[in-house]
Amino acid sequence: MASSHFKKKTSTKQEIPTASLPDIIFMLLIFFMVTTVLRETTVQVRTLLPQAEALTKIDQKRLVSYVYVGPKKLDGNRLGDTGVQIDDAVVEDLGSVRTIMYRKLVEQPKLIVSLKVDQTSEMGIVLDVQQEFREAGTLRINYSSRREVVL
Amino acid sequence: MPGMMKKRKREGGEIPTASMADIAFLLLIFFLVTTTIDVDTGIGMVLPPKLEDDVQPPPIKERNVLKILVNETGMVLVEDLPSSTRLVREEVKKHILNEGADPRYAETASRALVSIKTARQTPYDAYVGVLDEVWMAYFEMWDAEARKLGYPDYVTYAATVASEDGENQIREKIKAAISIAEPDKQ
Repeated sequence: MASSHFKKKTSTKQEIPTASLPDIIFMLLIFFMVTTVLRETTVQVRTLLPQAEALTKIDQKRLVSYVYVGPKKLDGNRLGDTGVQIDDAVVEDLGSVRTIMYRKLVEQPKLIVSLKVDQTSEMGIVLDVQQEFREAGTLRINYSSRREVVL
Repeated sequence: MPGMMKKRKREGGEIPTASMADIAFLLLIFFLVTTTIDVDTGIGMVLPPKLEDDVQPPPIKERNVLKILVNETGMVLVEDLPSSTRLVREEVKKHILNEGADPRYAETASRALVSIKTARQTPYDAYVGVLDEVWMAYFEMWDAEARKLGYPDYVTYAATVASEDGENQIREKIKAAISIAEPDKQ
Protein backbone atom coordinates (compact mmCIF):
# COMPACT_ATOMS: atom_id res chain seq x y z
CA MET A 1 0.00 0.00 0.00
CA ALA A 2 2.80 2.30 0.92
CA SER A 3 4.80 1.64 -2.24
CA SER A 4 1.87 2.31 -4.52
CA HIS A 5 1.24 5.58 -2.71
CA PHE A 6 4.81 6.78 -3.31
CA LYS A 7 4.75 5.78 -6.95
CA LYS A 8 1.69 7.88 -7.48
CA LYS A 9 3.40 10.94 -6.05
CA THR A 10 6.47 10.76 -8.26
CA SER A 11 4.37 10.50 -11.34
CA THR A 12 2.77 13.90 -10.73
CA LYS A 13 4.66 17.11 -11.48
CA GLN A 14 6.05 18.68 -8.32
CA GLU A 15 6.88 22.15 -9.66
CA ILE A 16 5.53 25.26 -8.00
CA PRO A 17 3.82 27.45 -10.57
CA THR A 18 6.07 30.48 -11.12
CA ALA A 19 3.89 32.34 -13.57
CA SER A 20 2.49 34.64 -10.88
CA LEU A 21 5.88 35.44 -9.35
CA PRO A 22 6.32 38.72 -11.25
CA ASP A 23 2.89 39.77 -10.10
CA ILE A 24 3.82 39.11 -6.52
CA ILE A 25 7.01 41.14 -6.93
CA PHE A 26 5.05 44.00 -8.47
CA MET A 27 2.56 43.87 -5.65
CA LEU A 28 5.43 44.18 -3.17
CA LEU A 29 6.98 46.99 -5.18
CA ILE A 30 3.74 48.91 -5.34
CA PHE A 31 3.09 48.31 -1.66
CA PHE A 32 6.44 49.79 -0.68
CA MET A 33 6.09 52.66 -3.14
CA VAL A 34 2.76 53.59 -1.65
CA THR A 35 3.79 53.23 1.97
CA THR A 36 7.16 55.01 1.71
CA VAL A 37 6.97 58.62 2.79
CA LEU A 38 9.79 60.89 1.70
CA ARG A 39 10.77 63.10 4.58
CA GLU A 40 10.26 66.63 3.54
CA THR A 41 10.66 69.76 5.59
CA THR A 42 7.98 72.37 5.44
CA VAL A 43 9.71 75.64 4.79
CA GLN A 44 8.20 78.33 6.98
CA VAL A 45 10.06 81.20 5.37
CA ARG A 46 9.87 82.36 1.78
CA THR A 47 13.00 81.50 -0.17
CA LEU A 48 12.88 82.97 -3.62
CA LEU A 49 16.43 82.16 -4.71
CA PRO A 50 18.64 84.61 -6.59
CA GLN A 51 19.84 83.84 -10.11
CA ALA A 52 23.47 83.16 -10.89
CA GLU A 53 25.72 81.94 -13.69
CA ALA A 54 28.77 80.47 -11.93
CA LEU A 55 26.94 77.49 -10.48
CA THR A 56 28.36 74.30 -9.13
CA LYS A 57 26.37 71.18 -8.44
CA ILE A 58 26.30 69.48 -5.07
CA ASP A 59 26.66 65.83 -5.93
CA GLN A 60 26.69 64.31 -2.48
CA LYS A 61 23.27 65.05 -1.15
CA ARG A 62 23.83 63.31 2.16
CA LEU A 63 26.51 65.82 3.10
CA VAL A 64 24.17 68.74 2.69
CA SER A 65 22.30 70.49 5.44
CA TYR A 66 19.90 73.28 4.60
CA VAL A 67 19.53 76.64 6.27
CA TYR A 68 16.70 78.85 5.10
CA VAL A 69 16.69 82.63 5.47
CA GLY A 70 13.79 84.77 4.36
CA PRO A 71 10.62 86.57 5.36
CA LYS A 72 8.35 84.39 7.50
CA LYS A 73 5.22 83.12 5.83
CA LEU A 74 2.15 84.29 7.74
CA ASP A 75 -1.53 83.46 7.36
CA GLY A 76 -3.29 84.89 4.36
CA ASN A 77 -0.28 85.22 2.05
CA ARG A 78 1.34 87.87 4.17
CA LEU A 79 5.03 87.99 4.89
CA GLY A 80 6.53 88.77 8.27
CA ASP A 81 10.01 89.82 9.26
CA THR A 82 13.09 87.83 8.31
CA GLY A 83 13.56 84.48 10.00
CA VAL A 84 16.19 81.76 9.95
CA GLN A 85 15.03 78.18 9.67
CA ILE A 86 17.14 75.08 10.25
CA ASP A 87 15.44 71.71 9.71
CA ASP A 88 11.83 72.08 10.79
CA ALA A 89 11.96 74.98 13.17
CA VAL A 90 12.52 78.69 12.89
CA VAL A 91 15.47 79.67 15.06
CA GLU A 92 14.38 82.46 17.38
CA ASP A 93 17.77 83.26 18.88
CA LEU A 94 20.60 83.52 16.33
CA GLY A 95 23.10 82.61 19.03
CA SER A 96 21.76 79.05 19.08
CA VAL A 97 22.72 78.53 15.43
CA ARG A 98 26.29 77.68 16.39
CA THR A 99 25.21 74.87 18.75
CA ILE A 100 22.84 73.38 16.17
CA MET A 101 25.45 73.56 13.44
CA TYR A 102 28.19 72.21 15.68
CA ARG A 103 26.08 69.13 16.47
CA LYS A 104 25.50 68.60 12.76
CA LEU A 105 29.22 68.91 12.09
CA VAL A 106 30.00 66.26 14.72
CA GLU A 107 27.55 63.92 13.00
CA GLN A 108 28.87 64.67 9.52
CA PRO A 109 32.42 66.09 9.48
CA LYS A 110 32.28 66.82 5.74
CA LEU A 111 29.13 68.90 6.11
CA ILE A 112 28.19 71.37 3.39
CA VAL A 113 25.67 73.99 4.42
CA SER A 114 23.36 75.06 1.65
CA LEU A 115 22.13 78.56 2.31
CA LYS A 116 18.73 79.08 0.77
CA VAL A 117 18.35 82.80 1.15
CA ASP A 118 15.51 84.88 -0.22
CA GLN A 119 16.76 87.41 -2.73
CA THR A 120 15.18 90.33 -0.88
CA SER A 121 16.86 89.50 2.43
CA GLU A 122 19.42 91.90 3.76
CA MET A 123 23.08 90.96 4.02
CA GLY A 124 23.16 91.75 7.74
CA ILE A 125 21.34 88.58 8.77
CA VAL A 126 23.28 86.47 6.24
CA LEU A 127 26.57 87.73 7.64
CA ASP A 128 25.38 87.10 11.20
CA VAL A 129 24.46 83.52 10.27
CA GLN A 130 27.84 83.08 8.56
CA GLN A 131 29.59 84.36 11.67
CA GLU A 132 27.75 81.68 13.64
CA PHE A 133 28.91 79.07 11.11
CA ARG A 134 32.49 80.17 11.66
CA GLU A 135 32.02 79.75 15.39
CA ALA A 136 30.62 76.27 14.83
CA GLY A 137 33.31 75.37 12.32
CA THR A 138 30.96 74.60 9.43
CA LEU A 139 33.02 76.43 6.85
CA ARG A 140 31.87 74.87 3.60
CA ILE A 141 28.82 76.76 2.45
CA ASN A 142 26.88 77.06 -0.77
CA TYR A 143 24.71 79.98 -1.78
CA SER A 144 21.84 78.14 -3.39
CA SER A 145 20.80 79.86 -6.62
CA ARG A 146 18.85 79.22 -9.76
CA ARG A 147 20.37 79.15 -13.22
CA GLU A 148 20.31 82.55 -14.80
CA VAL A 149 17.93 82.86 -17.71
CA VAL A 150 19.72 84.78 -20.41
CA LEU A 151 17.30 86.71 -22.57
CA MET B 1 -24.24 29.96 -35.02
CA PRO B 2 -24.08 27.89 -31.86
CA GLY B 3 -21.45 25.75 -33.53
CA MET B 4 -19.22 28.75 -34.05
CA MET B 5 -19.43 29.65 -30.39
CA LYS B 6 -18.28 26.23 -29.49
CA LYS B 7 -15.33 26.44 -31.81
CA ARG B 8 -14.14 29.70 -30.26
CA LYS B 9 -14.31 28.28 -26.79
CA ARG B 10 -12.22 25.33 -27.77
CA GLU B 11 -9.50 27.51 -29.29
CA GLY B 12 -9.16 29.50 -26.08
CA GLY B 13 -9.10 33.21 -27.05
CA GLU B 14 -6.79 34.33 -24.21
CA ILE B 15 -4.27 37.11 -24.58
CA PRO B 16 -0.78 35.81 -23.91
CA THR B 17 0.29 37.27 -20.57
CA ALA B 18 3.84 35.93 -20.46
CA SER B 19 5.28 39.19 -21.80
CA MET B 20 3.28 41.40 -19.43
CA ALA B 21 6.16 41.42 -16.95
CA ASP B 22 8.60 42.48 -19.65
CA ILE B 23 6.35 45.31 -20.72
CA ALA B 24 6.03 46.47 -17.13
CA PHE B 25 9.79 46.32 -16.70
CA LEU B 26 10.30 48.33 -19.85
CA LEU B 27 7.90 50.97 -18.51
CA LEU B 28 9.73 50.95 -15.18
CA ILE B 29 13.11 51.40 -16.86
CA PHE B 30 11.72 54.15 -19.10
CA PHE B 31 10.47 56.13 -16.12
CA LEU B 32 13.65 55.48 -14.16
CA VAL B 33 15.71 56.92 -16.99
CA THR B 34 13.51 59.91 -17.74
CA THR B 35 12.91 61.02 -14.16
CA THR B 36 15.39 63.62 -12.99
CA ILE B 37 15.76 64.34 -9.32
CA ASP B 38 16.53 68.03 -9.10
CA VAL B 39 20.15 68.63 -8.21
CA ASP B 40 21.02 71.46 -5.90
CA THR B 41 23.02 74.16 -7.58
CA GLY B 42 24.66 77.14 -6.04
CA ILE B 43 27.81 79.16 -5.55
CA GLY B 44 30.24 77.32 -3.31
CA MET B 45 32.32 79.20 -0.77
CA VAL B 46 34.62 78.28 2.07
CA LEU B 47 34.44 80.58 5.06
CA PRO B 48 37.68 81.52 6.81
CA PRO B 49 38.19 79.69 10.10
CA LYS B 50 37.50 81.52 13.32
CA LEU B 51 40.43 83.66 14.38
CA GLU B 52 41.79 83.24 17.86
CA ASP B 53 41.88 86.49 19.80
CA ASP B 54 45.66 86.70 20.07
CA VAL B 55 46.35 85.73 16.46
CA GLN B 56 46.46 88.56 13.97
CA PRO B 57 45.39 87.91 10.37
CA PRO B 58 48.38 87.66 8.01
CA PRO B 59 49.48 90.97 6.52
CA ILE B 60 48.36 91.58 2.95
CA LYS B 61 49.65 94.26 0.65
CA GLU B 62 47.05 96.83 -0.19
CA ARG B 63 47.65 96.65 -3.95
CA ASN B 64 47.02 92.89 -4.08
CA VAL B 65 43.48 93.34 -2.83
CA LEU B 66 40.73 94.32 -5.22
CA LYS B 67 38.14 95.96 -3.03
CA ILE B 68 34.56 95.66 -4.19
CA LEU B 69 31.90 97.42 -2.18
CA VAL B 70 28.17 96.87 -2.63
CA ASN B 71 26.01 99.45 -0.92
CA GLU B 72 22.43 99.48 0.38
CA THR B 73 20.89 100.18 -3.01
CA GLY B 74 23.00 97.58 -4.82
CA MET B 75 25.42 100.08 -6.35
CA VAL B 76 28.98 98.89 -6.80
CA LEU B 77 32.30 100.54 -6.02
CA VAL B 78 35.48 98.91 -7.32
CA GLU B 79 38.65 100.30 -5.72
CA ASP B 80 36.63 103.31 -4.54
CA LEU B 81 35.51 104.14 -8.07
CA PRO B 82 31.88 103.87 -9.15
CA SER B 83 31.28 100.78 -11.24
CA SER B 84 28.50 98.33 -11.92
CA THR B 85 27.87 94.60 -11.52
CA ARG B 86 28.44 94.01 -15.22
CA LEU B 87 31.91 95.60 -15.13
CA VAL B 88 33.12 93.57 -12.15
CA ARG B 89 34.16 90.58 -14.26
CA GLU B 90 36.58 92.59 -16.41
CA GLU B 91 37.96 94.42 -13.37
CA VAL B 92 38.70 91.13 -11.60
CA LYS B 93 40.45 89.75 -14.68
CA LYS B 94 42.52 92.91 -15.07
CA HIS B 95 43.45 92.75 -11.39
CA ILE B 96 44.56 89.12 -11.40
CA LEU B 97 46.28 88.99 -14.79
CA ASN B 98 48.07 92.29 -14.14
CA GLU B 99 51.43 90.70 -13.17
CA GLY B 100 52.78 93.93 -11.75
CA ALA B 101 52.14 96.08 -14.81
CA ASP B 102 49.61 98.53 -13.37
CA PRO B 103 50.38 99.76 -9.83
CA ARG B 104 46.68 99.83 -8.98
CA TYR B 105 46.29 96.09 -9.55
CA ALA B 106 47.93 92.96 -8.15
CA GLU B 107 51.63 92.03 -8.29
CA THR B 108 51.15 88.37 -9.22
CA ALA B 109 48.15 86.18 -9.85
CA SER B 110 48.97 83.90 -6.92
CA ARG B 111 49.02 86.82 -4.48
CA ALA B 112 45.88 88.49 -5.80
CA LEU B 113 42.84 88.73 -3.57
CA VAL B 114 39.30 89.88 -4.18
CA SER B 115 37.44 91.35 -1.27
CA ILE B 116 33.68 91.83 -1.34
CA LYS B 117 32.25 94.13 1.26
CA THR B 118 28.60 94.85 1.78
CA ALA B 119 26.55 97.02 4.07
CA ARG B 120 24.14 95.35 6.47
CA GLN B 121 21.19 96.61 4.41
CA THR B 122 22.56 95.40 1.06
CA PRO B 123 19.99 93.18 -0.66
CA TYR B 124 21.14 89.57 -0.94
CA ASP B 125 20.65 89.33 -4.70
CA ALA B 126 22.94 92.33 -5.31
CA TYR B 127 25.65 90.55 -3.30
CA VAL B 128 25.12 87.25 -5.12
CA GLY B 129 25.18 89.09 -8.44
CA VAL B 130 28.62 90.54 -7.70
CA LEU B 131 29.93 87.28 -6.24
CA ASP B 132 28.69 85.49 -9.35
CA GLU B 133 30.60 87.89 -11.60
CA VAL B 134 33.79 87.37 -9.59
CA TRP B 135 33.44 83.60 -9.88
CA MET B 136 32.71 83.89 -13.60
CA ALA B 137 35.93 85.87 -13.99
CA TYR B 138 37.83 83.02 -12.32
CA PHE B 139 36.07 80.39 -14.43
CA GLU B 140 36.89 82.26 -17.63
CA MET B 141 40.54 82.70 -16.65
CA TRP B 142 40.82 79.00 -15.78
CA ASP B 143 39.22 78.09 -19.10
CA ALA B 144 41.72 80.29 -20.94
CA GLU B 145 44.63 78.66 -19.08
CA ALA B 146 43.30 75.20 -19.87
CA ARG B 147 43.05 76.06 -23.56
CA LYS B 148 46.68 77.20 -23.48
CA LEU B 149 47.59 73.73 -22.23
CA GLY B 150 45.60 72.12 -25.03
CA TYR B 151 42.42 71.15 -23.25
CA PRO B 152 38.98 72.20 -24.47
CA ASP B 153 38.02 73.71 -21.11
CA TYR B 154 38.97 73.83 -17.44
CA VAL B 155 36.51 71.11 -16.36
CA THR B 156 38.18 68.61 -18.71
CA TYR B 157 41.61 69.65 -17.45
CA ALA B 158 40.61 69.31 -13.80
CA ALA B 159 39.09 65.88 -14.42
CA THR B 160 42.23 64.71 -16.26
CA VAL B 161 44.51 65.96 -13.50
CA ALA B 162 42.35 64.40 -10.80
CA SER B 163 42.32 61.03 -12.54
CA GLU B 164 46.11 61.08 -12.92
CA ASP B 165 46.69 62.23 -9.31
CA GLY B 166 48.62 65.16 -10.68
CA GLU B 167 48.87 68.69 -9.45
CA ASN B 168 46.31 71.16 -10.67
CA GLN B 169 48.69 73.79 -12.00
CA ILE B 170 45.99 76.20 -13.06
CA ARG B 171 44.57 76.39 -9.56
CA GLU B 172 48.11 76.75 -8.27
CA LYS B 173 48.68 79.70 -10.57
CA ILE B 174 45.32 81.40 -10.19
CA LYS B 175 43.88 80.73 -6.78
CA ALA B 176 40.29 81.63 -6.12
CA ALA B 177 40.83 83.97 -3.22
CA ILE B 178 37.59 85.72 -2.41
CA SER B 179 37.14 87.27 0.97
CA ILE B 180 33.85 88.41 2.41
CA ALA B 181 34.57 91.42 4.53
CA GLU B 182 32.63 92.38 7.62
CA PRO B 183 30.52 95.50 7.24
CA ASP B 184 31.57 98.60 9.12
CA LYS B 185 30.10 98.93 12.58
CA GLN B 186 27.40 101.55 12.58
